[in-house]
Amino acid sequence: MSVTTPSEVDHDDTPAGREEPGSRPPTVSRRRRRLRPYTLAVPAVLLCVGILYPFFVGVSYTVFNFSAANPNPAFVGLRNFAEITTSAPFWNSVRVTGSFAVTATVVETVLGVGVALLLYRGGILGKVLERALIVPLMVAPILAAIMWKLLLLPEVGWVRPLLAGLGVTDYTGTDSPLWAFIWSVVVDAWIYTPFVAIIALAGLRSLPASPFEAAAVDGAGWWFTFRRLTLPMLWPYVFVAVIFRLMDSLKMFDIIFGLTTGGPGDSTTTLQINAYLESISYARYSRGITYMVVLWAAVYLISMVLVGYLRRLQNRTAGEAT
Amino acid sequence: MSTEHAGPEVRRKSRIAGTAANAALIVYFLFSLLPIVFIIALSLKADRDQTTTYLWFAPTLDNYRTVLGLDGGGSSYVRFFLASLTTSVGAVLVSLVIGVPAAYAAARYRFKGSDNLMFTLLSFRFAPELLVIIPLAVIYRQLGLYDTAVGMIWVLQLVTMPLVVWILRSFFADFPVELEEAALLDGYSRRRAFVKVVLPLVRPGIAAVCLLAFIFAWNNFIFPFTLTSSSAQTVTVSSLAYLGGNQVRFNLVAAGAVMAALPPLVLALFIQRYLVRGLSFGAVKG
Repeated sequence: MSVTTPSEVDHDDTPAGREEPGSRPPTVSRRRRRLRPYTLAVPAVLLCVGILYPFFVGVSYTVFNFSAANPNPAFVGLRNFAEITTSAPFWNSVRVTGSFAVTATVVETVLGVGVALLLYRGGILGKVLERALIVPLMVAPILAAIMWKLLLLPEVGWVRPLLAGLGVTDYTGTDSPLWAFIWSVVVDAWIYTPFVAIIALAGLRSLPASPFEAAAVDGAGWWFTFRRLTLPMLWPYVFVAVIFRLMDSLKMFDIIFGLTTGGPGDSTTTLQINAYLESISYARYSRGITYMVVLWAAVYLISMVLVGYLRRLQNRTAGEAT
Repeated sequence: MSTEHAGPEVRRKSRIAGTAANAALIVYFLFSLLPIVFIIALSLKADRDQTTTYLWFAPTLDNYRTVLGLDGGGSSYVRFFLASLTTSVGAVLVSLVIGVPAAYAAARYRFKGSDNLMFTLLSFRFAPELLVIIPLAVIYRQLGLYDTAVGMIWVLQLVTMPLVVWILRSFFADFPVELEEAALLDGYSRRRAFVKVVLPLVRPGIAAVCLLAFIFAWNNFIFPFTLTSSSAQTVTVSSLAYLGGNQVRFNLVAAGAVMAALPPLVLALFIQRYLVRGLSFGAVKG
């Protein structure tokens, strides 16, 4: 088992995989052979074009005032960007999106690594529970949101009586802004903690045994071993999960839409929810897509930084190993 | 890590730690399975039991009958379920036909734009969906693809294609080149070597990728929610629709949700071995 970034699965180290004259049947011409990878990739490229076309059409909407009410749009330059960046709803959804993504990612990472460490200990209980780990991850997020919505409903759900048993009497479900946010994070964590745990568990199982044996011989304590050995060696694996979780929760739609529809008020209105309301509900396409272009740019920049960090992390780990 | 040379004091401590660890695991899994148990219980409740009971009630399958239209009341649930099936299977097939050659090319050859292609595909996975949906909602109406299975299969490529190509590339990259070269030396053409040697050996991996792609296509909500209205509407969208309306029957919502959640859960049983690689797009090899 090993962690590799995509482009690290590079072809430099497998020269045998490349075209070598002489080992080919003579029936295929040299030119055709050189073109072969392109021929194989053509359908995928066409597909990309087919998807990038609406993307560029969408980006072009940002400089028009296109809406259902205004089907013959006029060029407005960067006015859409100027308008949203000076509007309170935009900054509110930036704040909500950011705090949701960061909170959910942190909670899931800590919890996921914790669950992985507990399952790694093995035992009958661990083996049985590991089987059940992926259940929430395979449930559609929208269905998970529906399940939790019902679970949280004071009339039919079990959360009110459970909390009442713990002495909580002023339970309001998702009616208050703070709790709407908290429950959204809980549902996200319910689904995706197993995602982090599964990857962390695979990482734990692939760590070399010798450093731990050496630490045990030296009489190192559990905490020392964890801080100085397990965590640094596991981090490249966990970080892959962190990237996935952060990127995904920045654009999370299903859970929040299903659970709160962005409410109460605009307390859980993320950028995607806001773009949905603007463009699908009110048919103001240009306005909605401007939100999305901003989110996309942010996601893109953040992912560049994170993937760059992952590369350095893996190079360092690889360097230490040799 | 080892307690072989430890005294009785240390051993007692580690036993307490073990109990605490088990307790923590049990608490987590109670949290993890609570909504599942709850929704199944709710789906088995008669109307009068919904708000008055927790776990002790006389279970009934009436809700499932109603949702499926078996009680003669009429229902479009089966139609939505089949639409989910058609669009998900269609999306996986298209991704497979287009993705297998591309993944193989990216794993075996070094060609101009190979990395660009791979990262463009990956960026589809991480782009906010509405960025594509908003223009597509306009374009689909012009082309007559709005609310059609073809339109859904097309847009679901954003979900299935990156998954298929990235994971398959990691499978092909791991495949020993020597085996292929041996076949070539035996006079096989590239294509025959691929079909006769490579494909049979990576088939379990391909099957797992298909199942995983199917699960994610099935579980998708935002595309069918925004780009279909009735004839191509999928079961995830209709589940939410049951919550709307004036008189919500929670037990019916629950029965619909249970059935919609079932296919991915069943399929997931078959891909345990490939789950780590699949979920991480080949970045972590489990």
